Amino acid sequence: MDLQYWIWIAVGISFSLYIGIAIWSRASSTKEFYVAGGGVHPIANGMATAADWMSAASFISMAGIISFNGYDGSVYLMGWTGGYVLLALLLAPYLRKFGKFTVPDFIGDRYYSNYARGVAVFCALIVSFTYIAGQMRGVGVVFSRYLEVDITTGVVIGMCIVLFYAVLGGMKGITYTQVAQYCVLIFAFMVPAVFISLIMTGNAIPQIGFGAAGSDGVYLLDKLDGLHRELGFHEYTTGSKSTLDVFLITLALMVGTAGLPHVIVRFFTVKKVSDARKSAGWALLFIAILYTTAPAIAVFSRTNLIETVSNKEHANLPGWFDKWQTTGLIKFEDKNQDGLIQYVADPEINELIVDADIMVLANPEIAKLPNWVIALMAAGALAAALSTAAGLLLVISASVSHDLIKKIINPAVSEKNELIAARLSAFGAVLLAGYFGVNPPGFVAATVALAFGLAAASFFPAIVMGIFSKRMNKEGAISGMVVGILLMLFYMTKFKFGWFGGGTNEDWWFGISPEGFGSFAMLVNFVVSIIVSKLTPPPGQEIQSLIENIRKPN
Amino acid sequence: MKKENTYWNTNLKYLVILLSIWFTASFGFGILFVDALNEIKMGGFKLGFWFAQQGSIYVFVILIFVYIYLMNRLDAKYKTKE
Repeated sequence: MDLQYWIWIAVGISFSLYIGIAIWSRASSTKEFYVAGGGVHPIANGMATAADWMSAASFISMAGIISFNGYDGSVYLMGWTGGYVLLALLLAPYLRKFGKFTVPDFIGDRYYSNYARGVAVFCALIVSFTYIAGQMRGVGVVFSRYLEVDITTGVVIGMCIVLFYAVLGGMKGITYTQVAQYCVLIFAFMVPAVFISLIMTGNAIPQIGFGAAGSDGVYLLDKLDGLHRELGFHEYTTGSKSTLDVFLITLALMVGTAGLPHVIVRFFTVKKVSDARKSAGWALLFIAILYTTAPAIAVFSRTNLIETVSNKEHANLPGWFDKWQTTGLIKFEDKNQDGLIQYVADPEINELIVDADIMVLANPEIAKLPNWVIALMAAGALAAALSTAAGLLLVISASVSHDLIKKIINPAVSEKNELIAARLSAFGAVLLAGYFGVNPPGFVAATVALAFGLAAASFFPAIVMGIFSKRMNKEGAISGMVVGILLMLFYMTKFKFGWFGGGTNEDWWFGISPEGFGSFAMLVNFVVSIIVSKLTPPPGQEIQSLIENIRKPN
Repeated sequence: MKKENTYWNTNLKYLVILLSIWFTASFGFGILFVDALNEIKMGGFKLGFWFAQQGSIYVFVILIFVYIYLMNRLDAKYKTKE
């Protein structure tokens, strides 16, 4: 059957599933809208968290980025999984014990101040919008590549779907669609990976396969290192970035993960404290399935790519090469007119440029897998992007309707009106996210990576000290968050968007990249908070007992 | 009051131990000592590279489940009913 039909079928079935779930799980109270009623099973919550967490960037871009960067790509693997250890050990159980709806709720109550709450709302909105823009873009890109509609149409279709189940179902609808989306995306990711691992190494488990030997008896990684040396690329299994930068990027991604409001809020949806710990464990397990497979796909596709194209005649290449060349994701220019493809590190001689996203998207075609697998990839990529977008939308709408309207502007608002406000703000947020999807600020992976820096620089210190220090007060926490997020915003806009005079890699402070700068800004946040809190009065008795209570086994 | 303090202190002790392992497996083996560990090979993997792209993630998963186990045991010891 024709590929286009397969894709429409896969996307159609998965979308009807999501809509069906949304209708079945409509939210009728604010508690259902914000935290799904607070009775989600820890394993279901683990799956929902995994889908919420794994975005278009994880599904489409990550394996490709690792493929081109080898060891340097490890920052994403460790950074985007290690944060769950911090979440499970330092945040989730206590925040669940605290038992409210949102992250600004905790900050506002713990720091007994609506200013603190307001700052937290501001940070949550900045982080979530930075992140969601990338997701809507991802939706558009997938639609345009697989369904041959233009990106704008793709974004609009994606907006309508998310709008439908986020506005109707709130957290309850989102949770159960995310469970379905996790199943779709992990199946779509694993099927081609297992096939390719079998073809290349005879081992069905990709995690073991990429350390095994190919049919010629040479270890795959040794072969790849050899190919890289031959073509002048940096050796695959060793790094080219400075150890300091690798360290700081990994830390920023880990801490940022633990500080992302749309991830934290998922732990408010389970019934009890021990369930919060459990669902963090399940979430990481479900995430680890994809994250340990991605580096294997990276190695398989990198080896495949080099062996298929390097020094081969352009005229005799397989069909996928031409197809992806027309999308502009593969660029070939026969500089020396010999009809062969020179794919080397030296930009003067190199004739081939390959976009990182192809490594996952075109992988089934490169490995000559059947059409239904390719259709599955399309559905999986959409599931990844939509589930993350929905989770973020909920944070945005809760920040506006609950934290801003209910807690700051008009505490007398009725539950019914708060629910209407929540739905309206979700609606507004979708429109705004769609706008950013059509007019994207930079490319997907870059903006998403920066959201972590922002979360690390703002929330993480305030929450951790709110739990582990009885001395931390509102003055300390507020000034820490403000300084942290402004510093991170300054650095990011300076070096990524060229504001404040811009600058190149040479101008980075202490050689720290904008991606790694979140760690530094977080450190500054900690230092500022601690110094300011020492100079100002400690929190009162009721806050002391609030902290006691969070720490108590119940 | 005293009972709660012991509960909290035991919890803190677990955190320190588990987070040290978390740090060692990722930042230690995967980043700081990666070159030294790469001298050792495990099948087709250089050990440092394996820790950075596989091993650290397995360690993370195990750590959380160990923490779940320890805390459930601790909760039971202090007879908490949620």
